[in-house]
Amino acid sequence: MAEMTLIEALRQAMDEELARDERVFIVGEDVGARGGVFRATLGLFDKYGPDRVIDSPLAELSIIGVGIGAALYGMRPICEIQFADFIHPAFNQIVSEAARLCYRSNGEWTAPMVIRAPYGGGIGGGLYHSQSIEAFYAHVPGLKVVVPSNPHDAKGLLKSAVRDPNPVLFLEPKKGYRLIKGEVAEGEEILVPIGPARVSRPGRDVSLFAYGMMHYYALQAAAAVAAEGIEVEVVDLRTLAPVDRPAILASVRKTGKALIVHEDNLTGGYGAEIAAILAEEAFTDLDAPVRRLAAPDVPGVPFSHPMQDWFMPDPAKIAAALRELAAY
Amino acid sequence: MTLPNDVLLDMYRVMLLARRLDERAWVLHRQGKIAFHISGIGQEAAQVGAAFALRRGHDWVAPYYRDLALMLALGMTPRDFMLSLMGKAGEPTSGARQMPSHWSLRSANVVSHSSPVATQACHASGIGLAIKLSGKDQVVLTTIGEGSTAQGEWYEAVNWAAVHKLPVIFLVENNVYAISVRQDKQMAVASAADKAAGLGLPGASIDGLDPIAMHTAMDQAADRARRGEGPTLLEARVHRLTPHSSDDDDRSYRTREEVEAMKSEDPLRMFHDRLAQRKLLTVAAAEALEAQAKESVENAVQFALEAPYPPAADAAFPVFVEDVRHG
Repeated sequence: MAEMTLIEALRQAMDEELARDERVFIVGEDVGARGGVFRATLGLFDKYGPDRVIDSPLAELSIIGVGIGAALYGMRPICEIQFADFIHPAFNQIVSEAARLCYRSNGEWTAPMVIRAPYGGGIGGGLYHSQSIEAFYAHVPGLKVVVPSNPHDAKGLLKSAVRDPNPVLFLEPKKGYRLIKGEVAEGEEILVPIGPARVSRPGRDVSLFAYGMMHYYALQAAAAVAAEGIEVEVVDLRTLAPVDRPAILASVRKTGKALIVHEDNLTGGYGAEIAAILAEEAFTDLDAPVRRLAAPDVPGVPFSHPMQDWFMPDPAKIAAALRELAAY
Repeated sequence: MTLPNDVLLDMYRVMLLARRLDERAWVLHRQGKIAFHISGIGQEAAQVGAAFALRRGHDWVAPYYRDLALMLALGMTPRDFMLSLMGKAGEPTSGARQMPSHWSLRSANVVSHSSPVATQACHASGIGLAIKLSGKDQVVLTTIGEGSTAQGEWYEAVNWAAVHKLPVIFLVENNVYAISVRQDKQMAVASAADKAAGLGLPGASIDGLDPIAMHTAMDQAADRARRGEGPTLLEARVHRLTPHSSDDDDRSYRTREEVEAMKSEDPLRMFHDRLAQRKLLTVAAAEALEAQAKESVENAVQFALEAPYPPAADAAFPVFVEDVRHG
């Protein structure tokens, strides 16, 4: 076992997939000699050359559109969007094209591709380097949306995403790139399946659903309230679309209470979907109203630190919500 | 380059078949038997000239909705088209999920396209990139209307192909109208081909009413692409002799005199006369082709009218590749 950071695990996954399958290539802004602004592709250009690690023009929609074309031909592109904030010009290509190709052609054409995008706040990135975009895309049938929360999963999920015959939006919690460290097995193939959620901490009092950076905080909050006798079950959703309904329902049927945490805005955020699933399918199992802890409905994460802290959910806010829910 | 007589006659045959199919679709619409038709009448010469310059089945195509003649040249059958017009089972472009004229034909390397315009141009550049990475001698043709060249997606696609010297041919079928909006409200240049200069690839404006001129230009562009010299932007100047679609009434934005003037340059009739003049097409041969086209169209209409609709349950899949339920 080797301890590595989230971003090292992602890099290793790409390295292994590039080595395994000649059809795999990386395309995006600054992914070549620079190795990406976060250095996710560092060293891959030197190892695989300019035909496998391709610097794109500064044009997000065509990073995706060109990726779709290459996928139609039979390649396996990994398209990097430098920050999730900049993915919106490609919304049409992702939603109207990649996600619908299989359905609209009755399965004759498909777009096997990965779209990697660093997302989320807490890094002093202001309104346009901090966005959480998952809800827009998790809404779309035909697109898989994956968010890893630790190095092992990041590596295993990314490798699975590259091999998935469908388009996968792979959202990387950028605050966790170097902050989150963990053990990753060496010398063996790690493939974490897309779809299943994971109970990362068992508990009996409250179910806490989270993903990405918020899952990292969720574990800290759960540890904090455990000292007060509140046993929280933490569920790392890992895949937002298609979501693991059985895992969500099983946990709530055990605890009777649910808190959902995400750093996207509250209204219409991904937590609303989990809350709706629970209301529809687990109403009689609930001992308290489903609670959501999310960012407030302001247009973005402010730059200045006190304002950023006001915006972001954190372990203290999560712990406070857990205490309230446990006491209900 | 001189095309062999049998090729010229085959080009005429496909143009004629496209015209008769298209005309029949308008009649079906007036009869209330189909809900929608979007026409290619007036653009057949450009499309057939382009298609015949490809290695059909080997090269790739990312078309747009007005490309009925192109699709017939690439192997789509009148039955396929009629099934799609009526939304019947077995329709090959989408299993009757998409509206008619949203082409796709896997067996001919024709990729599926959507309704928002210019999206397929990026796919063509992606296919071109994949061809280049694979080291194959294929080219990819993508077609579009002149109005759609205003889209950012189109510029990004052409820029990509120019930067990476991709084997892509961007064909603009310029019929002057984007539904009702004339070219001078769509672009500030005289020809869509003028846009090539700023993007770093050669551009040429071709008489799209002449299938041979179109074929020659395409042939040169394809050669250039196969030599690894990169993309070409071609504009085919064509006429749209019908309203934009069966939901449009073009009397609100263009005079009948203007349309009649265009009809005096009907590419099908002009090609017929040219072949007849060169004694390649006898009266008897022309009549035989006409009868053949009509029979093929009527056969397709009857077949599609009698064909079943897909079961409603088919609407549930395939959302993901895992759901694909046919070979």
